[in-house]
Order: sequence, then C-alpha cells, then structure tokens
Amino acid sequence: MSYGQKVDIIDIDYNWSLINYARATDGVYFVTLFKSVIISLITTFLCLLIAIPVAFYISFSSVRIKSILLVSILLPLWTNLLIRTYSLIALLRTKGHINNALENLWESANYLLSFFRLANHNFIGESFTPLSLMHNNFSVIFGLIYIYVPFMIIPIYLVLEKIDRNILEASYDLGANHKITFFKIIMPNISVGITSGIILVFIPCLGSFIIPELLGGADSQMIGNIIERQFKSANDWPFGSALSFILIYITIIILGVRYVYSKLYSRLYQRGVS
Amino acid sequence: MKKRIQHYTPVNYAKNNTLKIITFIFLVILYLPIINLIMFSFNDSKRNIVWRGFTSKYYEKLFENEMLFLAFSNSMTIAITSTIISTFLGITTAIALWKFNFYLKKYYDVALLFPIIIPEICMGISMLVFFNYINWPNFQLWPFTLSSIIIAHVSFIFPFVAIIIRARLSMLNNEILEAGQDLGASKYQVIRKIIIPFMSPALVASALLAFTLSLDDFVVTFFTSGPNSVTLPVKIYSMVRFGISPEINAISTLLILIIIICTYFAIRFLSKSNREFMK
Repeated sequence: MSYGQKVDIIDIDYNWSLINYARATDGVYFVTLFKSVIISLITTFLCLLIAIPVAFYISFSSVRIKSILLVSILLPLWTNLLIRTYSLIALLRTKGHINNALENLWESANYLLSFFRLANHNFIGESFTPLSLMHNNFSVIFGLIYIYVPFMIIPIYLVLEKIDRNILEASYDLGANHKITFFKIIMPNISVGITSGIILVFIPCLGSFIIPELLGGADSQMIGNIIERQFKSANDWPFGSALSFILIYITIIILGVRYVYSKLYSRLYQRGVS
Repeated sequence: MKKRIQHYTPVNYAKNNTLKIITFIFLVILYLPIINLIMFSFNDSKRNIVWRGFTSKYYEKLFENEMLFLAFSNSMTIAITSTIISTFLGITTAIALWKFNFYLKKYYDVALLFPIIIPEICMGISMLVFFNYINWPNFQLWPFTLSSIIIAHVSFIFPFVAIIIRARLSMLNNEILEAGQDLGASKYQVIRKIIIPFMSPALVASALLAFTLSLDDFVVTFFTSGPNSVTLPVKIYSMVRFGISPEINAISTLLILIIIICTYFAIRFLSKSNREFMK
C-alpha cells in the first residue's frame, strides 16, 4: 500500500526544520491561505443555499422524474473538471456568450426606447459596456459553485429520502406552517447530510487550483496555485510540501470537529429520547 | 409508495412552484456551458464567438494530429491498466475488510478513506515527492514511461472500488457461504461460485468507475507525468492555457462522450445490483 501522503516533508528537507512552516504563516502566503479559506466558505454557503431547494424538489418528485434528475446531476460530476472549467470560459469571457446576449438585449432595449423617442435620455447608459466576468473573484467563486454543487446536493438528498413523510404531515396537523416545520423538523433531520455536504464541498474547494488558475486573475490566487507553483516553476519543493501539509492538517481538523460533533449530537439525542 | 404521493398533502413539495423554478434554473445553468461547448465544436469559425454554420473539420483535424493521438493512446493505456490493477486490489481489500477481523481494522478503514478525502492536489504532490524520494527510474521505453502515473492512479482509485464492492458484499448472507461449505465446496470454490457471481454487478460498475476516474483525472496526472508521458487531460490543459480554439471543444466533446457511455453502463449495473437486493 503506497500511501504517498505518508511521506513527510522533513524527509526531503533532511534536517527536521520548521522554517518552511514558519514561512507559510507570514506575509503573502498567510493572506492567500486566509483568502482561500474565505472563498471556500462563501462557496460552501452559496452551494448550501442552492442545494437545499434542489434536493427538496428531487426527493419529493415522482419516481420517474427523480431518477432522471439524479442522473442529470450525476453526469456532470463524471465529466472532466478541466473541460467543465473550460466550458465556463467560453461563456464568461469579455467577448463570451453572456456578454453577447446582454449586448443584444441592450441593443433591442435601445431600439425600443428610440421607438418611444426616449433614446437620448440615456436611461440605460450611453453605450453597452461589457461586464467583466472573468479574471476576478466572482468568476472563481462562480466556477467553484458550478463544479462542486452536486457534491452538496447528493448527501442532502440522501438524508431527505430517509425522513418519514408522516412526521411532516403530523407537524402540519398540529398547526405548524412551512417555516416552523422546516426549521424544527427538517433541519435537525438533515443536519447530518448538510455537514457531510459541507465537508465534501469545502475541502476540495480549498485545494482546487485549476479553477483559480483558468478563471481567476492576479488577485484571486488560491493556496492551490501557490503549491503548484512551488513544484512546477519556483522549484521549492520543501516549502510546497509544507503548504500542502497545512491543507491536510486543516482537512484532518475539520474531520475531527465533525466526529466530535456527531458524537455530541447522538449523545444529546439519546438523552432527549430517554 | 406511489399512491401516497398522488393525493394532495401540504407535504408534497413537488407541487411547489418556487422549488420547481429553482431546480429548473439550476439544471439550465448546469448544462448550458456543456451544451454550448459541444455545439461550438461544430462551428465553422476560428474565434468561436458567433455561429457560422455546421462543420466537422475540427474532428478531422483531431485525427490528423499525432500529438493528440499519442496523448489519447497514453490515456487509454493508463486507464485500462490501472482499472485492472485497482479492481483486483479493490476486490481483495473489500473481501479482507468484510470477512476478517484484524488488529487496527477500524483505523485501516479510515486510512482507506483518506486518499478520497484529502484535496487532490495534496495527493498529486505527495506522489511526486514519493517518486522522487525513492528515485523511481526514468524509463525511456514506451509502456514503462507511464508506470509512475499508473501507480499514482491505482493508489487513489482502488479505495473507490473497495468501498463499492464492500457495500455489495455486506448484502451477502454468511449463511449462504456456510451452506456452500456444508455442501462440500472448497474455499476457492466458494469464492469462485458464490462470492464472485454475487458481486459481479458491483464489480463491473466499479471497474467502469475506475476507468472513468483514471481517464478523467487531471491533477494527480499533472504532477506525476513527465515530458514523454503526456495524457489527454494534461494535453488539453496545455492547449487551454494558450487560449480558446474549436479543436479543444472537439476533443472535449469526444472525451465527454466516452465518459457518458461508461457512466451510463456503470449506473445501469449498479441499479441492477440494487434491484436484485430489493427482491
């Protein structure tokens, strides 16, 4: 079993020094690390907002539609990450399809306004300025959401399936409305799915480097890009491994927190029952 | 089950229009870029912004491009070899974890999940460092140039295989095995006549999954590949960095097609194995 990650950074450095770790926590690198954590958190949160309604709709639709929807969500998961990122470029770039469509919209709106002799009032601007959708933080977050949303939908869907529908009906019978039912009954039940979804989205987001590389600009570098550069062009392997080990530590800490959380949760639940 | 859904209850969220619209918009956004990509691979224009009529010349160009063909054959060789090795390793791991109790088994379970959970980039660079540390020889002969990529692929693919096969094996009753042994089957006969046929749907599904994972993988390959072991995703990446061209669209379309076919069969086999269990 060659578990490659067991190879330690110190083995390459040969002198058990912590200099690389110290370097990773100061200045530019720490800012980048902090920034990638923030970007990943935003992405995870937005993924959650998108995933809950979609998972709801899937789990409550009829068997036939359900299987079609599930397959259609799973299929992009298996297509290449690189290809999907590339396909986003074609849409988002300055002369891409979204800006083209917006330009057409602007022109037709302008035409409509000139029909009513309003064109020279400049309601919608002097001329069309293309939105800059590429090479900024927006494009990185959009790309990350686009790639990782299925990872959030599937665990939430799986736990939603297990909820007994009679419990929900009982809640409505007892006079609760949709809001109360959602927060008091559905949320506690799907929290397991939500936590595993958060882990499945947050960890790969943190380590992603293709998406910020292809969609991001100079100011939207993530930790993955720096690691990649240490190995490919800067040729500072020990420092790169230190950075990636920090990523692995973060992963392990998150998993540990989740483990403790689930233990506490089940203990509380048992106490509530007895 | 079906009947209960049909009569109206406030619980029936499938009738909720807001949810319906959100799901619809989500699916459109999910598929728009991919459909756009496939469509514009047939576009008769170099800059690929406006539709200029149908053509298949970029596909013809692909088949003339020798570098791409080499990358494709590399990818296929890697995918097939690592599928075979990782399926074998996955089967043995799954049977070991299912059948036997051994010291630190619980932790072995977690260790098996580890390559799946950690960020891909960490896996990739750890492989790079590992091969460098043990001084993996730099082969010049063709199939051996791919050996490091194959090893890297196997090490992150076989946990997937093991998990799928183990899930299937957990459905198998121990009594059936005991009955087999009662009726005079030897250990190998039990494996060959009971265990292998029982897990065959999961086996096929996980082998197809392993194939797609290996064919698709970019990050791990990117770090372990050398100049004379370029695979298709790595080649696509280097093309993408030079800008957009319809050729990339064409090759991506072909790759998507292969993967869709594999996934389709994998899902069919998996659902078949689940359906049998339901009976």
